[in-house]
Amino acid sequence: MKEIIKIGWQTLRKPSAYFSLGFLVIGGFIAGIIFWGGFNTALEATNTEEFCISCHEMENNVYEELKTTIHFSNRSGVRATCPDCHVPHKWTDKIARKMQASKEVWGKIFGTINTREKFLAHRKQLAQNEWRRLKANDSLECRNCHNFDYMDFTSQSSRAAKQHSTSLASGDKTCIDCHKGIAHQLPDMKGVEGWH
Amino acid sequence: MKTNTHQFIKNVFKTIMVSALFSSTVIAAQSNVATLRGDAKLDSQGNTAAIPSVLNKDIKQARNYPMQPPVIPHKTRNYEVNLNSNKCMSCHSRTRTEESQAPMVSVTHYMDRDGNFLADVSPRRYFCNQCHATQSDVKPLVENNFVDMHSLMKAKISAKK
Ligand code: HEC
Ligand code: HEC
Ligand code: HEC
Ligand code: HEC
Repeated sequence: MKEIIKIGWQTLRKPSAYFSLGFLVIGGFIAGIIFWGGFNTALEATNTEEFCISCHEMENNVYEELKTTIHFSNRSGVRATCPDCHVPHKWTDKIARKMQASKEVWGKIFGTINTREKFLAHRKQLAQNEWRRLKANDSLECRNCHNFDYMDFTSQSSRAAKQHSTSLASGDKTCIDCHKGIAHQLPDMKGVEGWH
Repeated sequence: MKTNTHQFIKNVFKTIMVSALFSSTVIAAQSNVATLRGDAKLDSQGNTAAIPSVLNKDIKQARNYPMQPPVIPHKTRNYEVNLNSNKCMSCHSRTRTEESQAPMVSVTHYMDRDGNFLADVSPRRYFCNQCHATQSDVKPLVENNFVDMHSLMKAKISAKK
């Protein structure tokens, strides 16, 4: 056993005698492309709504609720899907979020929210995680579709225009501060800032 | 026996006459009754009117009588009011109005039925939509002859002169 390890280690340490440097560089480059591409493809596959609602926890609770909101059906026919709001579009953020997502697989295995009752009991905590994330990234996902620079206050309701041209424009507040529960039902809001 | 049969036929005839009369009045009454179905046949779908859009102008409307609950001048789509949250109160509660600049709910909402003041909104006032409604710009379904007290008094005074 010890011998095998020793030989293996020596082979790795020895400079390559059989392959040219050029081969190694090009080979490494090609392998890199393949790995990167594979990783990207895997990411893309998990970045769809079908994937999200393949778990009943996601389909029976949050998806059903989303269906009744303006982000599912509206006059312009533009839809927001789960990954639009929940998985950041920028590369680095995307990977960080995927790492966190392995926690969900863990939750699935141990059934932390596998019934409606358990889901409701956990809901506040899950929602708070999302609020914290959106607060930290200045509501990045919302802004991927709703760009402040192109908002026409004159065609907004005066309530909206007033808030958007003050607190939002000054950077005091971000979308999620004022627009909680736009896609799903809310948990118990006692103690949440801005709620009665 | 003979008289009996005679009597029976007479009775049957009477019943038919009465019920015919009765059902014709029912039919006549039916077409005058305002129903959402209108004159649509039972086995077919009535014509449905387009759903009017909700006014969203944020401009307060006059109340028709002093105690009228004010009508809502904006949309409330997807606003939840339930055990977990009360979206209306996230703007209209006493502590939220400075930020929202929305009118505060009246102090009566913090009173119980005996007039005692409570620290928080009274349970009997919690469900806002029991009294307050959004508005649409539509023709009223039924005619309304309501005259408010103010106009009545004005009419009375000018009549005296
Ligand atoms: C393997 C089944 C499964 C799939 C697939 C899945 N989820 Fe989940 N999700 C869960 C479970 C279980 C939890 C609860 C985890 C916990 O207890 O913290 C959860 C929690 C969440 C949360 C709350 C996160 C938090 O930080 O607390 C969000 C948001 C979410 N999922 C969105 C998504 C989206 C978007 C997708 C698709 C890209 C998705 N889920 C796919 C099972 C799944
Ligand atoms: C995929 C793009 C997309 C994303 C992401 C998105 N939205 Fe929207 N949003 C829309 C569309 C489309 C509408 C409907 C526009 C219309 O037809 O009036 C809308 C409508 C709204 C409305 C108006 C609600 C109403 O009743 O009039 C609000 C508020 C809103 N979005 C907030 C948010 C917030 C907050 C986020 C982030 C958590 C977000 N949106 C993320 C596309 C998006
Ligand atoms: C300071 C609070 C506040 C912030 C921050 C805020 N909004 Fe709003 N927004 C409102 C209010 C109040 C309304 C009108 C009431 C409603 O729709 O519930 C509104 C309405 C809207 C509408 C519907 C427009 C209309 O005419 O009614 C959209 C879309 C919207 N907001 C998107 C956003 C997005 C995207 C962000 C972040 C870039 C954002 N809001 C940040 C308070 C805010
Ligand atoms: C328009 C943006 C938007 C879309 C689309 C959306 N969500 Fe969410 N989601 C949110 C926000 C914002 C929260 C934070 C809680 C809240 O405000 O309701 C949230 C919270 C959650 C939570 C935590 C539990 C809860 O209800 O608070 C889960 C799980 C979740 N979303 C899953 C999904 C899944 C699965 C889909 C697709 C079927 C989806 N979301 C679509 C914006 C969105």
